[in-house]
Amino acid sequence: MQNNTNASKNLFQSDAMQQIMAFSALIVLLIGFSVASPYFRTFDNFVGILLATAVNGVLALGATFVIINGGIDLSVGTVMTLSAVMTGVFITEMGLPIPVGIIGGLLTGSLAGFINGTLISRMKIPPFIATLGMLYIAKGLSLVISDLRPIYFNDTPMFRQMAMGSILGDITGLNVPNAVLILFAAALFAHIILTRTILGRYTFAMGSNEEATRLSGVNVAVWKTAVFTLAGFFSGLGGVLIAARLNSAQPALGAGYELDAIAAVVIGGTSLSGGEGSILGTIIGAFIISTLTNGLRILSVPQEWQIVVTGCIVILAVYLDILRRRR
Amino acid sequence: MSEVLVRMEGIDKRFPGVHALDQCDFDLRAGEVHALVGENGAGKSTLMKILGGIYSKDEGHVYLEGREVEIVNVRQAQHLGISMIHQELNLMPHLTIAQNIYIGREPRARVSFMVDDKTTNEKAEKLFELLSLDLDPDTKVADLTVAKQQMVEIAKALSFNSKILIMDEPTAALTDAEIEDLFRIIRELRSNGVGIVHISHRLEELKLIADRITVMRDGRIIDTLLTENATRNKIISLMVGRTIYESEPEIPENPSQEVVLEVRNLNRGKTLRDVSFDLKKGEILGFAGLMGAGRTDVARAIFGADNLDSGEIYIKGQQVHIHKPKDAVVYGIGYLSEDRKRYGLTLGMDVKENIAMASMKNFLRWFTWVDFKKQSSVAKEMVGALNIKTPSIDQKVNYLSGGNQQKVVIGKWLTADTDILIFDEPTRGIDVGAKSEIYKLLNDLASAGKSVIMISSELPEILRMSHRVVVMCEGRITGILDANDLTQEKIMTYATMRGSIVQEHVSTSI
Repeated sequence: MQNNTNASKNLFQSDAMQQIMAFSALIVLLIGFSVASPYFRTFDNFVGILLATAVNGVLALGATFVIINGGIDLSVGTVMTLSAVMTGVFITEMGLPIPVGIIGGLLTGSLAGFINGTLISRMKIPPFIATLGMLYIAKGLSLVISDLRPIYFNDTPMFRQMAMGSILGDITGLNVPNAVLILFAAALFAHIILTRTILGRYTFAMGSNEEATRLSGVNVAVWKTAVFTLAGFFSGLGGVLIAARLNSAQPALGAGYELDAIAAVVIGGTSLSGGEGSILGTIIGAFIISTLTNGLRILSVPQEWQIVVTGCIVILAVYLDILRRRR
Repeated sequence: MSEVLVRMEGIDKRFPGVHALDQCDFDLRAGEVHALVGENGAGKSTLMKILGGIYSKDEGHVYLEGREVEIVNVRQAQHLGISMIHQELNLMPHLTIAQNIYIGREPRARVSFMVDDKTTNEKAEKLFELLSLDLDPDTKVADLTVAKQQMVEIAKALSFNSKILIMDEPTAALTDAEIEDLFRIIRELRSNGVGIVHISHRLEELKLIADRITVMRDGRIIDTLLTENATRNKIISLMVGRTIYESEPEIPENPSQEVVLEVRNLNRGKTLRDVSFDLKKGEILGFAGLMGAGRTDVARAIFGADNLDSGEIYIKGQQVHIHKPKDAVVYGIGYLSEDRKRYGLTLGMDVKENIAMASMKNFLRWFTWVDFKKQSSVAKEMVGALNIKTPSIDQKVNYLSGGNQQKVVIGKWLTADTDILIFDEPTRGIDVGAKSEIYKLLNDLASAGKSVIMISSELPEILRMSHRVVVMCEGRITGILDANDLTQEKIMTYATMRGSIVQEHVSTSI
């Protein structure tokens, strides 16, 4: 029989509580670091944190969908790189207009996601394995297509401007790079899809009880593929963003980014067993990671230790979540 | 009489190794509650799953309001007006009630890919009004009690305007008050012309809600009675019927009076309630009851596989504390589980390795190296003693027949030097020839002074083998019967005796 005993809704255990806890943790970190170091609490540094979150945050948005759906996507990092490389090829080598190149990058990511989804839902390959395979394929293809050399966007400075310029700066004088605005726009987009569309509804439904969803007449194969395609789209967006930030497509980059993305999702309160989660939580999780990394660096903590701390935070976040859920 | 909604004729269905449905005829009228009863494995769920679109029939015809139909999947069945509510609820716990009910047909907003939750909730509320259900459409299903979750399933089924509702053991997890609520809804549906199939073990309830009762046994429809003409005894005797082979019970000689195992007041949530009994040396104690009665749970609790809320276990007069299977084995208890392939054997390993599995410490040198010579010689002995048919002791166990696999499991526990053996469905999935070998083995074990608890759903087997029979129903022991003067009807009567309706005299009719 399915769970449950009593009907009272426990406020402490609700989803909102998890977000509140994560947000409080973020505030504590910000205050803590600000007190610990004057270099932390400068406008430029905060902008730096925002910018550092941009790429990881976008990747984490896609990962959120996949994880709520009850799956996992290990390929978000290298698909991002592949998308960056393809964008470089379109814009630089093929000389296509920048918007077309960007769309090409987004399509590259979406296609990779579509392939993931097809492998998983039609060929019944477990998500861990399918996306692991895609991780390698995308990594290899990036190196092959780019011929092992970075692709520079020097001939098309507008491309970098798109992400690193500041519309906000031009209007109000606050020099926040466009990339940050793109992150928030993407988050809003993701939030609307997750909470207001059929795709979002079925993402939750399949993650909650895939068999019941299937028996209710929903074409689970089609919708699962859609979820992974969407994740691929966000990887593509991440690729375009990082290429613009670095003004180059770096084919050797990418592997390792998926772990930060998954960490952000988990810290933000989304459960790996599926069925629940939120975009807001993911964004908070992404900011917690970059705030930590930034703060520790300013306090001259060696980079290696930052990574150790991130790992501890992930474990702690999930453990607190387990405690919270224990009924 | 009212019109016939569904007629099933000559339905036949086979699964590998079992003839699940044998030329079954069944019909359901509008505005009736038609109960379907039978022992475990009688075929009730299988027959209804064919109607519900989950299984496909091998032979036979299904007529819906006179027209023949071929039901190929659940969606189609729903469109035809047939809804089935399973024992395991098909709900998404993280979604709200309204979202669950309208999954797959969500009302859309002006933009077609956006869902309109407001309208969804409104539709759900209208539905609840119709059914006089007290539910808030915005509640997450996970926050509901099982009873309320069941009502959500009913509401969902009815939102398809189902004319035919199939309910599989709907009252199994409900309190008496919740059952009253459920019956009220069922009665209202009935008065609206809906036809309801009510699969249940609970005979007393049927009197309160069913119009007709159909009894199944061994995949066949035995008879259909009007409830007003049906007595409890009549139903039970139809359920139980006569055995295929009327052999004399082969009860071995009387065991000694020495008590080797005594359990007192075992309690575990709702699964085990005040279970107390004792086991004598050289005895075969049968455990009878319907599925879910708690027999396996008793075994697992004694064996340390599950925790107990309270209760005491005494072995040879000494109280023992068993927290995990390893403790049980140390005290000489062995458990041959129901599903030997899953819990009794490591299929990828061979005969000798499986035989040594429960007593590995006896086969180790310096705590790590396996003594292969010793393992082989012990295995060879056991294979000979139990007459296990295998090409060699190096044969991988998954290639053996069911009966021989079972013997390997027995060999494992004998090698572990256990004195108290708990057999859970020892002859399930074993052919007739191998069955009698197992029975002989059990008798030999008892004669040799081992004590056996035999859990079985096959009443002839219980009658044939047991010195005494413990009958359980819904977590309680309803009777401990002596082998003399024991009939299948008597066992079944105790097996269907629910706690809240237990009367002094069992044999009177309702």
